[in-house]
Parts: sequence; structure tokens; C-alpha cells
Amino acid sequence: MKVYVGIDLGSTTTKSVVLDERGELLGRGITNSRSNYDVACQIARSEALLDARFRLFQRGFDDCGAAPELAAALLERLRREFRRTQHLRLLAELEAICRVHAEHLGAGRSGPVVVALDEIFAALGLEADRLFRGTARPRSDFFRDIAGATYASEAERIARRGAVDHDTLLGVYDKSILQLEGKPSESLLEDQLLRAFELAGEGSDLAPATRARIEREVRRTIELPLVEAQVVGTGYGRARLPFARECIRSEILCHGLGAHATFPGTRTVLDIGGQDTKAIQVDERGLVTAFQMNDRCAAGCGRYLGYIADEMGLGLHELGPLALCGKRPVRINSTCTVFAGAELRDRLAMGHRREDILAGLHRAIMLRAMSLLARSGGVRREFTFTGGVANNAAAVAALRALVRENYGIEEINISPGSIFTGALGAALFALRAEHGEDATAHAENQTCGARA
Amino acid sequence: MKTHVVKENSMLRQKDMIAEHFRELARAKESGRKVVYTFVPGNLTELLLAFDCLPVHPEINALQSGMRKLSGEYIAEAERHGHSEDVCTYVKCDIGMLLKGNIGPTGEKLPEPDLLLLSYTGCFTFMKWFELLRERYKCPVAMLHVPYQADGTLEPSMIEYVVEQLRRELIPKLEQITGKRYDEGRLAGFLAASARAEEDLVWVLESAKHRPSPIDAYFGGVYYIGPLFTAFRGTQAAIEYYRELREEVAERMRRGLGPVTPEGELEDERFRLVVEGPPNWTHFREFWKMFYDERAVVVASTYTKVGGTYDRGFRHDPNRPLETLAEYCLGCYTNLNLPSRVEMIARYVKEYAADGFLVNSVKSCNSFSAGQLPMLRRIEELTGVPGAFIETDLVDPRYFSAANVKNRLESYFQMLAQRAPAARAEALAP
Repeated sequence: MKVYVGIDLGSTTTKSVVLDERGELLGRGITNSRSNYDVACQIARSEALLDARFRLFQRGFDDCGAAPELAAALLERLRREFRRTQHLRLLAELEAICRVHAEHLGAGRSGPVVVALDEIFAALGLEADRLFRGTARPRSDFFRDIAGATYASEAERIARRGAVDHDTLLGVYDKSILQLEGKPSESLLEDQLLRAFELAGEGSDLAPATRARIEREVRRTIELPLVEAQVVGTGYGRARLPFARECIRSEILCHGLGAHATFPGTRTVLDIGGQDTKAIQVDERGLVTAFQMNDRCAAGCGRYLGYIADEMGLGLHELGPLALCGKRPVRINSTCTVFAGAELRDRLAMGHRREDILAGLHRAIMLRAMSLLARSGGVRREFTFTGGVANNAAAVAALRALVRENYGIEEINISPGSIFTGALGAALFALRAEHGEDATAHAENQTCGARA
Repeated sequence: MKTHVVKENSMLRQKDMIAEHFRELARAKESGRKVVYTFVPGNLTELLLAFDCLPVHPEINALQSGMRKLSGEYIAEAERHGHSEDVCTYVKCDIGMLLKGNIGPTGEKLPEPDLLLLSYTGCFTFMKWFELLRERYKCPVAMLHVPYQADGTLEPSMIEYVVEQLRRELIPKLEQITGKRYDEGRLAGFLAASARAEEDLVWVLESAKHRPSPIDAYFGGVYYIGPLFTAFRGTQAAIEYYRELREEVAERMRRGLGPVTPEGELEDERFRLVVEGPPNWTHFREFWKMFYDERAVVVASTYTKVGGTYDRGFRHDPNRPLETLAEYCLGCYTNLNLPSRVEMIARYVKEYAADGFLVNSVKSCNSFSAGQLPMLRRIEELTGVPGAFIETDLVDPRYFSAANVKNRLESYFQMLAQRAPAARAEALAP
């Protein structure tokens, strides 16, 4: 079947969206942009195509007459089993690379670092089972973060015993993860999917006949070729894409169109990504009429939150919920990422509570965004917030208060997939390129959004 | 980027003119000619020529240093001497150049000033700049107070006020410094020569109304205004330069050719733009390339009016020598109020049939950048054409973020392209 792919090479994450010929969402993929954009692009794209197959499985299951809840449960198990297989494969590759580096550190295979790695990777393997088979949920979408957090805590524990130095162990990880991330994936997706399906099917309550039908459906879907009819790239790294000039679109246009596709009433879009903030005005067709971006300074963008999370020893996903607990937001003046660290420590030293400081930080970011919005022509109804930071509840709360105060607008559109907005817009441009028509007609069919 | 740069004859001629001027400056001591440091907006070149003085324009030296990749070093030198990072980078570049031996853009040492002449006060930094130079050179200063066109009009009383200052303050000072008598007939001769060159410059700038435009009125425009805005107004060399330039442009227009860029002729003009604000000098070619790679041509710019708003009809008038100089000082673009600037840009958008307009705001210039965002909104309202806003700097290489500027320009051009079919449909609607 023909599919249309949009790729958004952001500064922090790379996203991909796959649409079918009717412009309906088939799949989405995301990975961290790392130092190698080509690999990031390839991974996000294959993740989105994989996700598309899951969506096709679902369509197939519905046609097989399986009870919806049983089919849904099977699909979820399939997804998690597959994730676990992928995670274990990456762990094995990481371990192999780490061992090479550890052996170079001296004493060969019996060196203290190698011995420590045995222990660390045993723990990482157990963690994979907990995350993908148990009830625990990963605190990040990315392998590097999930594995990195456990690796670091295990390394610390082992270092306390004194046989090996903590920094040495972390150094091995840092070198190895970069190497792993720069390596394109080589494993066969079909085999992994079938294996995951076997595992997921064990203990299923489905009737044997239904299960057989489903299995046939899964095989059929796995073998179905997904032909990329058009691919459009956007985002900071777009110049890196090996695409023709007309297949590269500015992220401003993509975010405008993507936001319009998700919420057709959109007139103003705020996008806060890893290192830029965009305020975009669109018309009733999703065409951009005005925009403003942050200047030479990326203060107050997504990276800032990442830095703050690191400073506080928190996961990025934990930042928003903690900030929401703040009762008395502390006034933070600096949205400069570097200065913010100093201001943070200063406030902590003065005895302020972490949640109050975080609440203040979130407000400071949004104050900057408000000035950019004003520059672009203000906030008009409907107002849509996109980009990774739109997933942060505290950021949303701060923005909501400011928009109400300044423009009297209460509602903010936020899609759970807001981080994919740019890639969605790019995929819609891909569809338009193929059909040589206005993508906005298809955009009206998109209903992946929900109002916050 | 190609290393071989395509240049027209007029450009080569201008290069020779500049080289000759700096040679004369280097010889000033021997030849006995007096040297006057002065600024481009409101410059009184003809009057200086009437006293055989040689002008030096510090901001032109700064921009030349920017284009020659020397400004970063000069600015660092000025900062080492205590000038803050936020100060106008023209000032710091000039001060840095001075501290490093005052070697001009052509490699020859610049003479010290016999007079610092400030004939335009719209930029307060100019005053402080000359205060710093006075400290250094301990030379006489002539400072005219040129009223700001706050109401957007030029009143006779304002002209009289400036003429009085020319008569009572400046001319006696020039007489004293040079030992020469003021000769109004001689001044009138230079003014008549100015008017001839001005006529040709206006013709060249207005050629951009043609489709395709034979010139780029911003990146090419900064070369075209060079002689008239600096040391050559009123000279025979300027008359010849503009005659040659006009012939070149007329020929391009006749053959239906686009502007000449450093990489050759721009074919198939795609976007027509109006630009407000000076260009960035440290990355001039890289900046220009961002436009011509997209086949975007600047058809009108306000920067080419900072040394005179000739396209509004002003010409130096030999019959009213001092009055015409006063009008000139009062009428330069930087002395206009915000509504006049809005009106001018909106008129350019219409008259030059532009698809869009761009504000290049200068980070280190508060007096000129203030008000540019509201201007942008107002021009959008008046014209229905979308504007874009970018921020760079004059000569501080640290303030030019190529990736960001390119990203914004690309987005803007794509927005214009996306808008084009819709705009056409609107135009066709009954």
C-alpha cells in the first residue's frame, strides 16, 4: 500500500508520521536526534512504519471478529513484547560495545570494569522484564534514557564498594551509547514481530479459530509492502535530508498545517520544541500568515527543562507533575539555561521548596513565549499549543493563566500527539505533493486531537 | 560558495575611486588638505569640497572592516578598553581600529582629523562617538543641531535654524581651520554636479519597478549609493560613475536580465521584496546568498535612503546653497518619524509590486530598531502583504546566527510561495 511520510528532524528529537492515501494517520515514530541525524531520521521513519503496521493489525483484528477487548489486550501485549525484544536486542549490542571499551581499560576480561559490567547488565536485563512485562512504565521514550538511568544507579552502587571508579564506569557508558546510536539497526523486523506475536499469544483467551485467523492476518500485514509514495522533511536538520528541494518544508509551515489538521479551528499556534519557540498565525485553510521565532537565544525552550531536570536529578516526565504541586511559585528571572542553574541552587539554598521553584521556572518560560506571541500578532481563537513542551502539564497551566490574563481566551487545544505536529504537517505536504492539490482538504479529515 | 566574484564595470570603477580617496587621505599631511571626520546621514560633502577638505566616514570604515572580516578583532580591542558588549558595534569597530593604529580599509593609515563635524543628531550615539574621538584627538568639533521630523514635516523654521548654524558655526570654523574664504559660487558648482549624479541614482533605483528587476536594490543597492553617500558627491568622478551605472542598468533592462549577484546573473525572479534596515556586513555575501538562492530580489530598501531621500524628489539645488544643504540634513531617512517610515515602506510595497517586506533589525542599535515591530504590523495592515522580521547586527560577527536567519528566511519564502496561489485567487474574485 502507498503511504506518505513526514519527518521532523528536531534539535532534540526526530519525529516521523505516516499517513495512508486518505490522509488518515497510520503511524508515528520518535527517537532522540543524537549526533547523527541520518540515523535518527532512519530510526524515526522505521518506528513510524512499524507503528503503522500495529495500526493495520488493529484494523485486521477488527475484521477477524475478535471480541474488541480481547483484541485490544492482544495488541497491547504484542506491542509490549515487541518493545521488550527490541530493548533486549539493544541491551545486548550495548553490552558488547561496553565490554570492548572496558577491556581496553586494562586487565582484559578479568578487569574490575568488566566484572562490574556483568553486574550492571544483569540488572538492566531484569529491568527490561519489569518495564515491558510488569506494571512499571518507562520514564522516558528513549532507550538511552531508560538504560542510562539504571546503568548510572548501578554504577554508583558498585563504585561505593571501592573496586572501581564511578566516573570510569560512566565514561564507558557515554562512549558506548554514542557508538550504538550512530549504528543503523540491522535486525529483521518481520522475524521480531512474529516472535513477539507468539509470545503475546501465549495464554490468550481467544478462541483457537479466531486466533488462527488473527495469525493469518498478522502474517499478511507483516508481509504487506508499505511503499513510501512521498516523503517530506522538516525541522532544524532538514537540510541534511537527502531529499529534493521541493520535499523540504520549513517547520513553520508544517506546524501551521499540522495544527490546523489536528484542530481545524486553529488560528494561533504556539510551538515550543527543543531549542526554538515559534508563534504562528494561520488562516482558515491552515496557511501561515505571520510567524515569529526566538532569536539568537534559545532560553526557555525544551532543552532548558531538560537541563533543569538534570540539575534536580529528575526525569523530564517528572518535572511537570512536581511543578504542579507548587503552592507559592518562586519568581525566577533568568530563562538563560546556564544562569538558571545558578538561580536554582540559590533558591534551594534560600530554603524554597523544589515544587515552588519549578512552578516559577515554568512560568518564566511561558512569559517569554507570551512576548513572542505578541510579536506575531497576539493570540486568537482557537489557540493550539504544540511541541514537546505541550506534554508538560505545568507548562500548560502557566500558559493557560497567561493567555487568560492577556487575551481573555480560556481554551487551549492540545493534542496528546502534539510533539508530532510538525511531522504531521510534513506528511500532509507529502500527500499534497503526490496529488498536486491542497492538503488542507485532507487535513479536515484528521481527528487525532483532543481538547485540553 | 564560489570564490570568483562577478563584478560589473561600475563596481570596478567605484573600487578605484575609493582607493584614490584613501591614497589622498594618506597624503593629506603633505598636500596640506584638511581632514574632516563626519557621518553619512546629513553629510555636507559639497561644503567640505568647497574648502578643499577631505572627509572620513567612520561608519563606512566600520562597515568596510566588517566586510573584510576585521571588525571582530577591532570590537574585541574596544571591549578590552572597557567598552560594553551592548554598545553600537560601529562605534566599537571604529575605536578598535583607532587603537590598533588607524589603518583604513585599503591598508593605508588614516590621517588624524582637523575637525569632527556632526551634522545629524538623530542618532545620539554619534554624539558620544565623537566625544570619544575628541578625547583622543583633542581637535575642534562642530556640532549642528538638526531637528527631528517629529511631525513628519519639514517646516521653514527648521531649515532656517540649520542654515543659521551653518552660517554662524560651521563656515567660520572651516574658514579658520583651512585658512580659506567661503566661496558660495564654488559651493553652487559642486551642488549642481551633485544634482546630476542624484538624477541618475534615482533612475537606477527606480529601475527595480521593472519586471524582472535589473538590480537588487539592497545588496546591489549598497554599492550604488556608495559614491553619492560618501566622499564623492559633487565630483566629476561621481557624475561619471552614475552615468556608467545607469547605462549598465539600462542595458540589463533592455535585455530583460535580472540583477548581478556574486555568483552571476539572477535568472527567473521569484520573489520581490522591500527591506527595512541595514544589511549585516560581516556575513554580507552569505546573507545575500540566502536571498538569491531562493531567487528573491530586493526591489526597494530604506537603507539606500539613509544618505538622502532622493526618490521623494529632493535634489541639491545650486540656487539655494545653504538652504539645500539644510534640507538635505533634515530629510535623510533616519531623521523621519515612524509614520513617515511606514508610509514610505508601504508605498514601496505598492509601487514596486512587492510580494513581501522584511525588517532586518540591528541588535546593537536601539535608536533605529525601536518601533520596527509596530511598523511591521502597520505596513501589513496598509498593504495586505505579510512582513518578516529578523535580527542581526552591523559589524559584530558574533551576532550573526546564519542557521537561524536562514531558517526564518526559508520559512518566510515558503510562506510567500504558499500564499501566492491564494493571493491570485483573491485578486481574481469578483
